[in-house]
Amino acid sequence: MNLFELIFGRPEDKSKSVAKDRLKLVLMHDRADIPAPMLEQMRQEIIAVIAKYVEINEAELKVDLERADTTVALVANIPIRRVRS
Amino acid sequence: MADARVIVITSGKGGVGKTTTTANLGMALAELGETVALVDADIGLRNLDLALGLENRIVYDIVDVVEGRADARKALVKDKRKSNLAFLPAAQTRDKSAVSEDQMRKVIEDIKELGYTMILIDCPAGIEQGFKNATAGATEAIVVTNPEMSSVRDADRIIGLLEAQGLYNSMLIVNRIRPKMVREQEMLDVSDVQEVLGTSVKLIGVVPDDESIITSTNRGEPASMSPDSQAGQAYRNIARRLRGEEVPFMNIMEEKEAGGGFFDRVRKLFGGK
Repeated sequence: MNLFELIFGRPEDKSKSVAKDRLKLVLMHDRADIPAPMLEQMRQEIIAVIAKYVEINEAELKVDLERADTTVALVANIPIRRVRS
Repeated sequence: MADARVIVITSGKGGVGKTTTTANLGMALAELGETVALVDADIGLRNLDLALGLENRIVYDIVDVVEGRADARKALVKDKRKSNLAFLPAAQTRDKSAVSEDQMRKVIEDIKELGYTMILIDCPAGIEQGFKNATAGATEAIVVTNPEMSSVRDADRIIGLLEAQGLYNSMLIVNRIRPKMVREQEMLDVSDVQEVLGTSVKLIGVVPDDESIITSTNRGEPASMSPDSQAGQAYRNIARRLRGEEVPFMNIMEEKEAGGGFFDRVRKLFGGK
């Protein structure tokens, strides 16, 4: 961070970057056209399957759409506490 | 005779400048020698007549043509300044269901037969029947957006719907750019809008937010008629690009302050990019 950024704030904090990031995310959802209830159901079912084998931290679990280049990917981040014996 | 080009001007969101764009491009294309017909497809919310300053000359409208009370030649209002510019008014007292997609195609065919080389269709806002009608007879599309979130989102949706109607490779106009806000990183830049919308649209024009658009609409004289209007110049450039000319994009960011705005200069002073 240079002096300018210290005084006036970083460029990433400007409203244009916020708008761009929010737009990218909302367009990803619009284009994928996966209804929110369906995404939630998928999340629950994924949890159920994984939980059979490992103990997971449900509070930290994230299943969401992400953009990889020009395609949209469904990315699940599932923190594991320990493997069930 | 070469087949006329039929271009729908659309946006999804209302108030981004479709009608202004239609009027300005129509006037600029006529100035370049095209024989231009503009069609107001916003039935029930007639507005193109005002942008063109032809509101007092309307006798028949598009619904009269569809229902056989007048033919296209009779209903087309000839511009009083440019004899090679005409426009077909929307009906003001009817709604969007008054014209079907097939009827719209027929109207466009009728206009083509009169020898027009460019037909621009001013599409209503929204994605319902009015949009489907307006796009029915078109073979090309121009999507107008503002550098603002909801407008870009709706543009993205419209691009998808246009493709579903078989209209690919839409042309993009980013309207109402405010250079000062872009410089201060408080408004999406043209490159941001392009990046977000992806490669399914091709940028054909950038129009600055310009007070002359308001004053020229007040007078019923599209800004593209006045040599001093920056937005008018932008529209004249788009008209030339539409005809296949390579026209460099004008630098609307420069304006009065050469060497970037105050903040840019301060940023450089502190070693920023």
